[in-house]
Amino acid sequence: MKLFRGSSGPETIPSQGSQKLTRRSSGLGELSRSWDSAENLCILDLGSTSPTNIRHFTGNGHRIYSEDLLTASTDPELATKDELGNPTLDTRKFLAENLVYPAAHFDVVLCWNLPDYLAEDLVKPVVGRLWSVLKPGGMLLAFFHTRDAGPDSPCHRYHIVGSDTLEMQKIVLRREAPRSKGSAQHTLVDGFKLQRVFNNRHIENLFRDFASIKFFLARDNIREVLVVR
Amino acid sequence: MSTTASSLAQIGKSVVIKGELSGSEDLYLDGHVEGSIALKGNSLTVGPNGEVKASVDAKGVVVQGKLEGNIQASDRVDLRKSAVVTGDITAQRISIEDGAFLKGKVDIHRAEGK
Repeated sequence: MKLFRGSSGPETIPSQGSQKLTRRSSGLGELSRSWDSAENLCILDLGSTSPTNIRHFTGNGHRIYSEDLLTASTDPELATKDELGNPTLDTRKFLAENLVYPAAHFDVVLCWNLPDYLAEDLVKPVVGRLWSVLKPGGMLLAFFHTRDAGPDSPCHRYHIVGSDTLEMQKIVLRREAPRSKGSAQHTLVDGFKLQRVFNNRHIENLFRDFASIKFFLARDNIREVLVVR
Repeated sequence: MSTTASSLAQIGKSVVIKGELSGSEDLYLDGHVEGSIALKGNSLTVGPNGEVKASVDAKGVVVQGKLEGNIQASDRVDLRKSAVVTGDITAQRISIEDGAFLKGKVDIHRAEGK
């Protein structure tokens, strides 16, 4: 009997021995200014589990929800075919099992680089769900690569280490290879691939249901976007 | 279930339990449990082979294996690097090792006067 969905599935691990880089984040700085004066905020972190982020928010008296949507999107049980027989993902199943929260629940959603690496079929439905779970006036922070970043830009995990400072940790996706006769089980290491590069118009369209949008362009070819519901 | 001389109850990895578990001593759980676990004033450790699908109410909780359910700890929760936890955590303190997986809420309630 299988107790856990996907218990034999892939897991996201921080890259062992990789150098952690720091970067200054204007979007995070603006968010920090708003939540420094607030109490008991409800925050949703959509990156892989970050002890640093959990410590940061709980230490300041806030509640934090952690949900790794990128890893969840790799669940093999989501694979299906559309009416033309082309491979696609079961969006309905994904949203039935992930981002299940009451409406208008969160003050802040930290998307990080999720839209850049999430499968195409899931991007708009996920943003739509995030709109509904954000409180009116709630804010969402997302990072988008610019075209200059290149197609092989690694997927990073972001840890909050200051009011406007992030530590970046490269993420790898580890999955167990099936054991073949006479050989040991081995581990396949893969990474999340950059799925697309949004331009400003694409980003504005993606967040068109939000009340306002602000762009911050950084030198490391990352475009930070802060939207308000 | 076996009890060692140091009053730690243990559930081995081959044991499967469905129902309500309660006790007044620390518990090391390395088997499969479905239901609820109530160890108020005592600690629960889910071993690396442990698979728990239950709500947990204890003083302290250490997770090395898999736990699906809400955790209510009057003191501390420790998620080790092999932990896979799906559920909400309420505790006075929490420690999460790099590599642990959590899907759920973390709510820290500090005792008055501390």
